[in-house]
Amino acid sequence: MSKQQPTQFINPETPGYVGFANLPNQVHRKSVKKGFEFTLMVVGESGLGKSTLINSLFLTDLYPERIIPGAAEKIERTVQIEASTVEIEERGVKLRLTVVDTPGYGDAINCRDCFKTIISYIDEQFERYLHDESGLNRRHIIDNRVHCCFYFISPFGHGLKPLDVAFMKAIHNKVNIVPVIAKADTLTLKERERLKKRILDEIEEHNIKIYHLPDAESDEDEDFKEQTRLLKASIPFSVVGSNQLIEAKGKKVRGRLYPWGVVEVENPEHNDFLKLRTMLITHMQDLQEVTQDLHYENFRSERLKRGGRKVENEDMNKDQILLEKEAELRRMQEMIARMQAQMQLQMQGGDADGGVHGHHV
Amino acid sequence: MGKLRLRQIPDQLKVIELIIQKRGPESGPLTQGSAYARARAEARRARATSPPPRDSRAHRRSLLPRSPAPRPRPSLEGLPEARTDAAMSELVPEPRPKPAVPMKPVSINSNLLGYIGIDTIIEQMRKKTMKTGFDFNIMVVGQSGLGKSTLVNTLFKSQVSRKASSWNREEKIPKTVEIKAIGHVIEEGGVKMKLTVIDTPGFGDQINNENCWEPIEKYINEQYEKFLKEEVNIARKKRIPDTRVHCCLYFISPTGHSLRPLDLEFMKHLSKVVNIIPVIAKADTMTLEEKSEFKQRVRKELEVNGIEFYPQKEFDEDLEDKTENDKIRESMPFAVVGSDKEYQVNGKRVLGRKTPWGIIEVENLNHCEFALLRDFVIRTHLQDLKEVTHNIHYETYRAKRLNDNGGLPPGEGLLGTVLPPVPATPCPTAE
Repeated sequence: MSKQQPTQFINPETPGYVGFANLPNQVHRKSVKKGFEFTLMVVGESGLGKSTLINSLFLTDLYPERIIPGAAEKIERTVQIEASTVEIEERGVKLRLTVVDTPGYGDAINCRDCFKTIISYIDEQFERYLHDESGLNRRHIIDNRVHCCFYFISPFGHGLKPLDVAFMKAIHNKVNIVPVIAKADTLTLKERERLKKRILDEIEEHNIKIYHLPDAESDEDEDFKEQTRLLKASIPFSVVGSNQLIEAKGKKVRGRLYPWGVVEVENPEHNDFLKLRTMLITHMQDLQEVTQDLHYENFRSERLKRGGRKVENEDMNKDQILLEKEAELRRMQEMIARMQAQMQLQMQGGDADGGVHGHHV
Repeated sequence: MGKLRLRQIPDQLKVIELIIQKRGPESGPLTQGSAYARARAEARRARATSPPPRDSRAHRRSLLPRSPAPRPRPSLEGLPEARTDAAMSELVPEPRPKPAVPMKPVSINSNLLGYIGIDTIIEQMRKKTMKTGFDFNIMVVGQSGLGKSTLVNTLFKSQVSRKASSWNREEKIPKTVEIKAIGHVIEEGGVKMKLTVIDTPGFGDQINNENCWEPIEKYINEQYEKFLKEEVNIARKKRIPDTRVHCCLYFISPTGHSLRPLDLEFMKHLSKVVNIIPVIAKADTMTLEEKSEFKQRVRKELEVNGIEFYPQKEFDEDLEDKTENDKIRESMPFAVVGSDKEYQVNGKRVLGRKTPWGIIEVENLNHCEFALLRDFVIRTHLQDLKEVTHNIHYETYRAKRLNDNGGLPPGEGLLGTVLPPVPATPCPTAE
């Protein structure tokens, strides 16, 4: 009985106290030791400020030596997938963040094949996880599945472009989509509201399933509920990214300096950067859960339906499968024959109990 | 005409005086030469101290064949005389157009040496232009949402774009590129301009944008064809309606990185057919450093790919053109912001965009280069745009068409018979 082991959590006044209220702390300690993993994918046309936003969100520099190709080079390029991993530590909590970038998306004149590469990457990660999960040694499964996808919408249009709609419809069943309006300092407040409403209408019109923040539990405090409500009302988030420190109103803030004023990144009246960050941080766990419970399960059931061992059987041709099946058949036939023989012998042995000397089965 | 002559005499007298004073021992007829020009410049400066009686004189003086815009250029502050000086410097030194109204009315009774009055043709042209008006066709090309319609409205300070004319404000992206031409008549200072804005909704908005410039190229060539047909007609109209595209504003998305492949392809195909002026749209997205970096990159890319935007280097007529245009080319593409809303800034009403962090003034050169674009397109190069279209692009098209037809005009022959496609012997009535 746990009472025999004095710990600091025993409350002598409650005799029925078992002590498993300690469990969350144990989980917490274990997870902190293990560290967290999170994979974030950013998709959007070039020049929408994706890299700047990621750097601002996580206060790092993920792309130290970046060469931006010119238009002539872009004509030849197809969409590529670049994953960069960074380990961030804050107050003893380690986060292994992988950012998957998709340069080349939306650049080509004909973007029909833009999303094939991206979709196959997402599927590949699911595939790998499935394979690891079904393997023998399941101790150190590395989770590289894409937990969240920030889709950057251009603020210059009047809503979603045909490419945006097509892409989101292709991946909304595979990954959590968080639509983000990039370069929000282009828009006045009225334009921003109009654009947000337009985007939400179009998302509904095309039945695109974006990631929905879970409602606050009824036992959470009012502040949290209010915060969640505000977050939900601001989707899609319109953000501005910057890592430059500008002097404004006597203090140094991260922002962008224009001749007509300073846009502060962390000012909630200027843009929704803080909201996006809050959402990402407070709901990181939820994003991972939804990926695991919803998207991964969808993928898994679909794969298993299609017929299990396809992982390595890409190269196997039909003859080999036939041979295998034949071998199995033969084995089963042999087993049946042996069983039959056994039964017969038993019966014979039973009948000829008296007559047979020395023949034992 | 006699009235004009009389009024110009006092000027002439002053000039002659100056020359006689300066020339000294040299003698020779008074001709147009550097001495003459210098003397006249001095006389001008002498007069500069006293203001002109009416502003309209300065206005009329600034009307040269190049820039029919009645208002003097805003880049030059100061005396009306200074304005005309600059206007004059564009031309090879030749006599200034005589003002219709003199500084001081004086009675005359001397004889003039060698004045004929050829330069009054400027005034005559001006009067004719005022009567007939002129037309200008501007095309705007770019992805949807880049502010094309707003910019055109801001340029011409009126609601001339497609958005203003259409009933519903719900903009649906069309499936193919459409060409919509909307005409308006704008009047300013007695000058009438028939402005046609040609919009191209649907350009660059689809998933597959291959060859989306083809409808645009087709439209431009169709206008040339129309003009050619009219020109080649036996009974020609007195004034052929000019629907050719004089200027094409191409809107570049302000990504801050570089041009997009679609931009390159469009400009490659169309810079030989029409005057393209690239413009960086929604420039309030970029800080000053980002803006200059982006502009440099874009210019370099255009150069590397051999794309000649207007003003094209090969059409600079003389050194003055070249220096002026070089300056403009250095600052292109202009980074612009458009707006049709007014706000109060420092006590004045300005066009701008109001954001929580400040008001972006459209006509403030520190904020964006809209004023430069406007001056360039409207106040200094409007006529030149039309001329380059007519003399170069149209001629190229015409030569190609006539060559394809075997040196004969397209369609019918001169006697009204349809000629065979194989080049036949020319008709007897042909030159």
